[in-house]
Amino acid sequence: MKWWKYLTIVLLLYTVVMGFLGHVPRLAILNETERNLYFHVPMWFGMTIILLASVVNSIRYLRNPSTRLDTLAHESAKTGILLGVLGLLTGSLWARYTWGTWWTTDVKLNGAAVTMLIYAAYLVLRGSVSDEQQRARLSAIYNIFAFSAAIPLLFIMPRLAEASLHPGMGGNPGFSKYDLDSGMRLVFYPAVIGWTLLGVWITEVACRFAFVKEKIYEKQEKQLA
Amino acid sequence: MKSKKNNWLSRAVALLLPLLLLASAAFAQAPAATEPEMADALRANGKIYVVVLVLVIIVTGLLVYLIRLDGKVSRLEREVNS
Repeated sequence: MKWWKYLTIVLLLYTVVMGFLGHVPRLAILNETERNLYFHVPMWFGMTIILLASVVNSIRYLRNPSTRLDTLAHESAKTGILLGVLGLLTGSLWARYTWGTWWTTDVKLNGAAVTMLIYAAYLVLRGSVSDEQQRARLSAIYNIFAFSAAIPLLFIMPRLAEASLHPGMGGNPGFSKYDLDSGMRLVFYPAVIGWTLLGVWITEVACRFAFVKEKIYEKQEKQLA
Repeated sequence: MKSKKNNWLSRAVALLLPLLLLASAAFAQAPAATEPEMADALRANGKIYVVVLVLVIIVTGLLVYLIRLDGKVSRLEREVNS
């Protein structure tokens, strides 16, 4: 097993233990739910990093087409979408008990929801083209559009907004007020790395499985020929 | 007469003083009472460790599943490549 997989295990167990036992400042409204910072926020960090990997592989595919690069882009996008959906679900639950509603027309929330819809369309697009090369090329181009739409929706528009319930409006980084607490930073950064690595790990296994499947099909075709 | 009046006054003070002290003590505690509520009891009685252990078990279980899946794919890779 590769070294970063051991790192993933250590970081995730550290996050779960220190996430609950570590010191957090006493904040009104949030109370103990601020510990969600170690679980909800890393979903979005992980999603962004893995979707970036996906779009990089899509661009590489367009420059130099191969099924390998298409698989890398596709599996990364799927993991990114999974993390994004988990982020939306956990955020909605958190909002229910701190803001008093499951959903509100907040610029950050809507931006995240639109991003997930754009990426859902990526999967729809892939599913609707049967020709492999055409599917790979179309979805690679669409992936570039999806990522370029996601970044303003998630990171630029919420910062431009005048009012938002979600941390991160008015030009501030999303967690500046927690960032001041060095105790939380000690858990938050390892949590981000740990959850992101878990996403990378899942993607890696999914890709390797797809490569093996591809190879078996190739062998079968050779045997038939 | 005078001493009686003094007596009454000192009694009133003696009665009010503890009350005043109590009030000031309560006032001093007021900011502490308005501090955001945290799960202090959960920590004090140690039940937080139950939550931590449950999560450690779940995360370990999921990781073991992923490690085994990883191993199965590795074995497949070896089989196909040999």
